[in-house]
Amino acid sequence: MSSLSRRAFLGTSAAAGAGVAIGFYLPSRAHAEAEVAFSPNAYLTITPDGKITIVVARSEMGQGVWTSLPMILAEELEADWKQITIEQAGASTLFGDQGTGGSASVRTTWDPMRKAGAQAREMLISAAAQEWSVAPASCKAASSFVMHSTSSRKLSYGALATKAGKLPVPDNPPLKHGAYKIVGRPIPRLDTPSKVNGSAIYGMDFRVPGMQYAALARCESIGGKVAGFDATAAQQVPGVSLVGKISDSAVAVVADSTWNAIKARRALKITWDEGPNKNLSSTAILDSLQNADDRKAVKFFTVGDVSKVSGRKIEASYQLPFMAHAPMEPGNTTAHFRGTECEIWSPTQVPQDCRDNVAQVLGLKPEKVKVNITLLGGGFGRRLEYDYAVEAALVSKAIHAPVKVVWTREDDMRCSTYRPLSLHKLSATLDEDGWPLAITHRIITPSINGQKGSQLTNGADPDLADQGPLIYLVPNLSLESIITETPVPLGWMRSVYALQTGFASESFLDELAAAARKDPLEYRLHLLAKDEEVKCGGSTWSTARMRGVLQLAAEKAGWSKPLPAGRYRGIACFGSFNSYAAEVVEISMEKGEPRVQRVVSALDCGTVVNPNILEQQIQGGVIYALTNALRAQITIDKGRVVQGNFDDYQPIRMNEAPVVEAYFVPSTEPPTGAGEPPVPPLAPALCNAIYSASKKRIRALPILS
Amino acid sequence: MATFTLHVNGNQKTVDVSPDTPLLWVLRDTLQLTGTKFGCGAGLCGACGVHVDGALTRSCTMQVSQAAGKNIKTIEGLGANGLHPLQQAWIAEDVPQCGYCQSGQIMAAASLLAKTPHPSDDEITEYMSGNICRCGTYDRIRRAIRRASNAGGAK
Repeated sequence: MSSLSRRAFLGTSAAAGAGVAIGFYLPSRAHAEAEVAFSPNAYLTITPDGKITIVVARSEMGQGVWTSLPMILAEELEADWKQITIEQAGASTLFGDQGTGGSASVRTTWDPMRKAGAQAREMLISAAAQEWSVAPASCKAASSFVMHSTSSRKLSYGALATKAGKLPVPDNPPLKHGAYKIVGRPIPRLDTPSKVNGSAIYGMDFRVPGMQYAALARCESIGGKVAGFDATAAQQVPGVSLVGKISDSAVAVVADSTWNAIKARRALKITWDEGPNKNLSSTAILDSLQNADDRKAVKFFTVGDVSKVSGRKIEASYQLPFMAHAPMEPGNTTAHFRGTECEIWSPTQVPQDCRDNVAQVLGLKPEKVKVNITLLGGGFGRRLEYDYAVEAALVSKAIHAPVKVVWTREDDMRCSTYRPLSLHKLSATLDEDGWPLAITHRIITPSINGQKGSQLTNGADPDLADQGPLIYLVPNLSLESIITETPVPLGWMRSVYALQTGFASESFLDELAAAARKDPLEYRLHLLAKDEEVKCGGSTWSTARMRGVLQLAAEKAGWSKPLPAGRYRGIACFGSFNSYAAEVVEISMEKGEPRVQRVVSALDCGTVVNPNILEQQIQGGVIYALTNALRAQITIDKGRVVQGNFDDYQPIRMNEAPVVEAYFVPSTEPPTGAGEPPVPPLAPALCNAIYSASKKRIRALPILS
Repeated sequence: MATFTLHVNGNQKTVDVSPDTPLLWVLRDTLQLTGTKFGCGAGLCGACGVHVDGALTRSCTMQVSQAAGKNIKTIEGLGANGLHPLQQAWIAEDVPQCGYCQSGQIMAAASLLAKTPHPSDDEITEYMSGNICRCGTYDRIRRAIRRASNAGGAK
């Protein structure tokens, strides 16, 4: 297939702004290699007209991958950034795991994207060298041209594309080490123009001709089912074409518009079988965590032996509630079942899971399900579930027509997956000078991975070690967990366990510093003073890099200088997703409640690909974390989620949003996570500031409960 | 079903929908103007903000029957000739992350600047606190509004 016909095949759905075209289905690159276009790998196509198309194989959910990932490739390609067009891949077999989560997009595609760009650059240089009958070493590439160093000859990438496409693809092209031209620059996001004029297409905005709309009445009782339903009133709503049970726990209403579907769903009379959890409450679940404390804990990180230490004992317990992701775009997916195949358009973080699970429920082979990724109106982990896609596929199969399943905000709040609630028991033994001889952090929590069917490691969720490191150089340490069960659906929410473990351990560190009558910054720096590498779970942590972010945050916040009257501050640091974050939170107190005035956040995430986007990620992480700390709380009563909308689950608004100053440590280390690491230090730094103001310890979130 | 005539972004549109249909869904489903977003359906988040006869309005809680005959402006029609100064400022400050709430943010900001061309920081905060952004773009929204305001921007 030629480039032109391939382009036509991609559809016309979204000319989303300069530099951004969205291809909704990625055909096998074998087709694109033919004839004139140059496509040395799955990530890149250069056409003779000079257009450079870079494929983004992760989902754009606000974190900027449509810009940052192409920058990595374009750097090695020596491309002129202005010539770059991006294409969103759908579920594919060409890119490995396409799950967008774990702050992994940049850190896991850094090497493949660099290699993809370098392969092409080397081939273009070889093509030019052949053209001129000169040695490749006498040629160099820059700004989408190959130039001959001893003559004035130069050829554009477009002019070289066809010839380069006939050359062998090098396995190990040389990579740059520094001296970057694109990486490290605050390049504007390619998706911004379409997001300020209403033209950006999210899943909710997607449409295909002849499409119907569906709303589902799902059983809000956890583990409950549909016992029976009366569709009479619903069917009388104009435009309603079908009312039918779509699964054990849901009835679908299909109509000619979103509103008619929602209205008809309200008119449905359903009898629910509330199932086995109808008396379940958050209080009872928290009690069950307390009661599990006498069970044997699984130690997953040990230094020395905490049981053989004597001295001054300090103990504290911390607890956190269930929380909801609540992305701004409620759930939705469009599906078109065509008998022997199905096509999906979904705002998903897991296109391959969508493909495989849709295939399974429809009885199709995975290769018969095409999954296209639309823009995501926020993700935060909620769209690591594939429930929307499966529902849409089932409804489309039932009506033999394309359909968009639309969730309301209440659906999102009540039928979601949730950050697990958890209980943290910390204890320490201090020496005469107040330095810890031993620290134990026992985490009592249900396991997200366990509930989803993953194998636990000796009874511990392996993510706890990666997302709960204790890297202070204390001679005796124990991280241990007791995994409990809950029927409440659990999900991975921005920073996952690191929010809980960071809150508990960094609040406790502050308690130790206070008990020792030492400055909390100095206390931390002292415990990190020696340069060491600490291995915890699958991650290795550097005490020097943690000191680096602490010192940067402290310096920028003016930690050594006195605050104006009525201002108080707290500090915390935490490592997660291979990055290091430290934050200083400055507050005032108004009627006994904290008012966050300023947050200084410092991040070491290795090489920074785009400081413009990194600032967004840091600011966004802090604001997201502030909602979590102040009032995000999902409660369960009579087996159901109590909260339903933004009136009883209140994200912070501008009037509570502090100035967030974002800083990063210049680094040549490989890039590590950015979207999640700024989240964990916020709550403990804020609670430590509250202690500084009031001498009151906040040991349970949310603060404003 | 009933017929309503709406004036949307300067164009006259006749729609045939249930009278209780929220303006939001008429814009999105019937007129295919999907820049106006569904966030909460209860007037709490501001993602559905449009201007109705010049007043910032939550289109998710206004029935189409109430909007009939009125002048409705959506994000698609905000810039009469090219981009509105606020849209330009939004691009200059690279405000959006996921972007889903940004149409509503911009429509709210446009309403603010129309009344108060040079708002103080407190006025910006007060006016813009009707909107929710889960990505936490508040700092850059403030900057963009100040930029548009300094550029003389309400027109």
